[in-house]
Amino acid sequence: MPKMSPVPDEVSQGFWDACNEGRLVVQSCNACSWLQHPPRPECYNCGSTDSVWREMSGRGKIHGYCTMYDSRIRALQEHQPFIIAVIELEDAPEIKMFSHLPGTPVDDNVPVGATVEVVYEDTKGSDQKVAEWKVVS
Amino acid sequence: MASTEWFQTDRYRAKEGLGVWEHKGKAAIAGLGNSPTTRRWDGDLSTSLGAWAILAAERALDDAGITKDEIDGVVSCPQGMGDEWGAERGYFAAPYDTEDGLSGVSAHWLVKNMGLENVKTTYHAPGCMSTALVAGAEVVGSGEAKTILVIRGTGNMPGRYHQTPGDTVGGPQQWTNPWGWQLIPQIAFGFDQYCRKYGSNHDRMAPFVLNQRRNGSMFPEGFYYQNRPDDLNLTVDDYLASRWICKPMNINDCDLPIQTAGAFLITTGERARQMKKKPVYILNHVQQRGVVRSSLETLDETEEFSLSIAKKCYEGSGLTASEVDVFNPYDGFTLFTQSFLEGFGWHGVKHGEAHDFYGDDIRVEGPHPFSSSGGNNGNGRTRWWGFYDSVQQLRGEAGARQVQIKAETAIAGAFTPQISDWLVLGTSPD
Ligand SMILES: [Zn+2]
Repeated sequence: MPKMSPVPDEVSQGFWDACNEGRLVVQSCNACSWLQHPPRPECYNCGSTDSVWREMSGRGKIHGYCTMYDSRIRALQEHQPFIIAVIELEDAPEIKMFSHLPGTPVDDNVPVGATVEVVYEDTKGSDQKVAEWKVVS
Repeated sequence: MASTEWFQTDRYRAKEGLGVWEHKGKAAIAGLGNSPTTRRWDGDLSTSLGAWAILAAERALDDAGITKDEIDGVVSCPQGMGDEWGAERGYFAAPYDTEDGLSGVSAHWLVKNMGLENVKTTYHAPGCMSTALVAGAEVVGSGEAKTILVIRGTGNMPGRYHQTPGDTVGGPQQWTNPWGWQLIPQIAFGFDQYCRKYGSNHDRMAPFVLNQRRNGSMFPEGFYYQNRPDDLNLTVDDYLASRWICKPMNINDCDLPIQTAGAFLITTGERARQMKKKPVYILNHVQQRGVVRSSLETLDETEEFSLSIAKKCYEGSGLTASEVDVFNPYDGFTLFTQSFLEGFGWHGVKHGEAHDFYGDDIRVEGPHPFSSSGGNNGNGRTRWWGFYDSVQQLRGEAGARQVQIKAETAIAGAFTPQISDWLVLGTSPD
């Protein structure tokens, strides 16, 4: 499902570049090892500005979801209704990402708790790819 | 008076552990005023937000029985909730030659155009009438001004409300908009999480939503009462058949954007006792600005935020949960209101019990008159009906909505568990 293209900035560039290379990374604090997503200029936990990108396994679980019928986002309106799921990462369940769950039927049986795997999708407005998630059958 | 500063952020009572508010009971709400309501602005300058803010302020003065000469301060939430009118549609002759007065009303706009010649103190508060009210409470409580008007207009322009165009997105929304994650999915997801955790479902919201409409049918200032009384006869079947906005949120879980303006007159307790109406004292004011761990709010975070709000409201006022008579938490999306009910523990409701409570007797005539205002679901989106009703209830002036239980204390607030501002009110200053 073609999405708006994220426009990387200084803090997010590394994450989006990794998506273009087919890798999933999360910002990790060099001072206290705290993981955070979205990335921030400072560590949420200790305030340090020294961080690295840590690669994740690319597996996760469906934490929960809702089904959008009337979005304010014009780029998505022609695809309604669609799922918006919250994914928690296998390596760090406190880290959450969003997904349309490509391949999963839009009904009341979205498998909350099911294992998902990352894929990379093209977007509408640029060459930027984004991380998406598919249920592992 | 050319411009207005934002109210100082360190004067909001946002932290736990601040103890009883040092100005508890020193300020009181002594006047209420509201303009008429309509669905959208029709372009007629006599029903602009500015004109209606003046009308609401005049009504608040009349309600208090004083003249505008006595007003020495104005606090406004200067932004409306709707979109801007926009330069492309063309502005009008002064004072309508900018957005000010059309899509929002600044404090200095009101001062100038209402001719408030004795105003020395003005402030702006962002986002919500609730924020302006807590700022106003502090302004009067601290003695910075004596008798002030707190105003907001909430506008709704012609055309679709709040659309997000474009094929690219930067800033914080780069993490959310590609998937369509905005406030509405957050609320719908949060409600679904709540139902999974506590074994409930969306159908069990019907008694609450129907009761909000029923209370709206007894609120003459409200939008539905004035414009669409038939919508207040919503049935369970209607509710369950309503179109989905973001399942499990349907259209009737959302408050309707409207055009209206409201005003609250706050003065010292001493002066309030000489005015026309029974004073409603401000026992505490509270701010909540929760920080989330990620780009969404988890159910654990929502519950933590609501508990923190309640703790701060109780701590600063010296009240306990069982001493709160009238309770009007925000319901603009009905799907988060249970979090406030459970966080405050009003009428003993614990986590996971709100939907059972909704199925009990929550009518204003009954023993648990929850959200006696009918809220924004029952009256249209302003975010101030809960405060308005709380004052009327404590005065004994709520008419057909008057609760039959004791009404000596009240708590009202808006907007979400993460971001909201609250007042604790009482018929006595102590
Ligand atoms: Zn750190």
